[in-house]
Amino acid sequence: MTKALTIRNLSKTYANNVKALNGINLEIEKGDFFALLGPNGAGKSTAIGIVSSLVNKTAGMVEVHGFDLDTQKDQAKSCIGLVPQEFNFNVFEPVFEIVVNQAGYYGIPRKKAQQRAEELLKQLGLWEKRRDMARELSGGMKRRLMIARALVHDPELLILDEPTAGVDIEIRRSMWVFLEEINKQGTTIILTTHYLEEAEALCRNIAIINKGEIIENTTMKTLLAQLDIETFVLDLKESIEQVPVVEGYTISMRDSSTLSVEVNKTQTINEVFDELTRLNLHVTSMRNKSNRLEELFVRLTGEHVVED
Amino acid sequence: MTLQQQYIAFKTIVIKEILRFSRIWVQTLVPAVITTSLYFLIFGNLIGSQLSAIDGYSYVDYIVPGIILMSVITNSYGNVVSSFYGHKFQHHVEEMLVSPMPNIVLLGGFVVGGVARGIVVGSVVTIVAMFFTELHFENTLVISAVVILTAILFSLAGFVNAVYANSFDDISIIPTFVLTPLTYLGGIFFSIEMLNSFWQNIALFNPILYMINAMRYGMLGVSDINITTAFIIIVLFTVTLLWFCLYLLKNGIGLRT
Repeated sequence: MTKALTIRNLSKTYANNVKALNGINLEIEKGDFFALLGPNGAGKSTAIGIVSSLVNKTAGMVEVHGFDLDTQKDQAKSCIGLVPQEFNFNVFEPVFEIVVNQAGYYGIPRKKAQQRAEELLKQLGLWEKRRDMARELSGGMKRRLMIARALVHDPELLILDEPTAGVDIEIRRSMWVFLEEINKQGTTIILTTHYLEEAEALCRNIAIINKGEIIENTTMKTLLAQLDIETFVLDLKESIEQVPVVEGYTISMRDSSTLSVEVNKTQTINEVFDELTRLNLHVTSMRNKSNRLEELFVRLTGEHVVED
Repeated sequence: MTLQQQYIAFKTIVIKEILRFSRIWVQTLVPAVITTSLYFLIFGNLIGSQLSAIDGYSYVDYIVPGIILMSVITNSYGNVVSSFYGHKFQHHVEEMLVSPMPNIVLLGGFVVGGVARGIVVGSVVTIVAMFFTELHFENTLVISAVVILTAILFSLAGFVNAVYANSFDDISIIPTFVLTPLTYLGGIFFSIEMLNSFWQNIALFNPILYMINAMRYGMLGVSDINITTAFIIIVLFTVTLLWFCLYLLKNGIGLRT
C-alpha cells in the first residue's frame, strides 16, 4: 500500500560541510499522526525542508503519496501542507489575503479559495482578524494563520514544525483539538515539537533523530513501554533534615520538604508511602519529575529538552 | 498543474505585485514625476533652449525618448529587485517554493509585475513630457515593442540581482554603480556621433544604447544605431537573462540551501 511519506537513504551535507542527515530511512502510513523528535540541530528541520522542497538534498529519495519528489514534483508538492518553524508570511499583508493567495499558488480559483479561507479562519478563530495586517497578530494567532495557510489546498500530508512554540497553554490545547480533528478526517500529520507531552498526547508513531540519524522509529506505545523507571516528586508537609531510607528505592532530597523517588516497573509507590507514613512524614502532593517521553528522550539522545 | 491552474497561480502573483506598487504609489510613482519634470525643466527647457538642434529636433524633443525609457528601466528593475528580495528577506518566497507552480510561472508573475510598473511610470512620464514639448510618435509599434522588451529585460535583471542579494545594500549596488552609469552613458542626453571614434566604439558595448536609440527611432524616426541591430541585441539579452533566471530557479541558487 502507498505510504504517506517514504524516505530512503536521505542525506544532506551543507556547503560548509556540515552533515545534517546521514542516510535516513523513514516510512509514514497514511492517516498517521507521527512525531519526529530530536534535539536542536539533529536534522529534523533539514528533513522537513527537503520533503517540502525548501532544501536541496545531497542524496536519497523522497516519495509523497507515491509521487517521487524528483520526477513527479508537482504531484508530490500538491500533497503537502507545511507549517514552518519560523513565521514566513508577508507581515504587511492582510490575514485573509495571505490565505487566499496561497490557494492561488496551488491553482485554486479565487472564489473557491475565498470560501476555503473563510472556513479555515473561522475554525481557527481568526475570522475577526481577517482584515488585519499579519504583523498585528499575536504569536499564537500567527501560528494559527500558518496552519490555515497550510491547509487551504486540502493537503493529504500536513507537516508541522514546532507549531505551538511560544503559544499559551489554552491556545495550544485548542490547537491540539483542531489537529486531532483534521487527523480523524484523514489528513496525515507529521509533528516536530519541543513540548514532548504534546507528542505523547497526539502522536501514535514516533521517530527520534539525533546527529543526522534515526535512532528510534516505533509506535509511541512501544517506546513508552521501554521506560522502566519513573521519577516522582513528593511534597512533604514537614521539613526534614535527612533523606528517609526505603529499602530498594533511590530517594534524594530536592529541598527540605521535597523528595525525588525513583520507582521501577517491579516496584510500587505504595511501599514508599507506607514507609513515609511509618516515619510520620505526610505527602501533600505528588507529580512526575518529567513526562515519560521526556525521560526516554533524554536517555536516548543524551540531551535535555529546551523549553521555549 | 494544468494550464488553467498555472494561469491562476500566475495571475495571483501579478495582481499581488500590481497592488503592492499601487499601494505605495508615493514611493513608486511620484518620484519619477518629480525627477523627470526636473530633467525636462533644466536640461530640456533652460539649457536645451540654448543648444542647437540634433538630427533636426530641438534638444528637449531629442531627450524625451531616453528619459521615458530611463523611467521604464529603473522602475521595472526596481520593482522586481525590491519585491523579490523582500520575499526572500521575509521568507515568504517559501509560500511559492513549496507550491507546485512551475518556475516559469513564478518568474513570469514577477516579471509582469515589473513590466506593469515600468509601463505605468513610463506613461506618467510621457504625460509629464507633454507639458514641456509636443511629443512625436513616428512608429507606435516600435515604441511598444521597445518599451515592453526593455521592461522585460530589466525585470529579469532585477530578479537576478534579488536572487544573489544577501542584504538590502546588495539591491542598491547594481542600480547605483552599474545601471545608472550605463543609462546616462547610453545616449539619453547626447548622440554618440558627438563622441570621438574611440568612445563611440566603447559606447557600442553598452546594451542600453541600443534600447534608447530604438525608442528614439520609434518616437522621432532618428537613431544612431540600425533599428534591426538594436532589436537583435535587446532580444538576445532578454533570452539570455530568461535562461539564466530559470537556471537559478531550477537549481535553487540563493533560494534553497
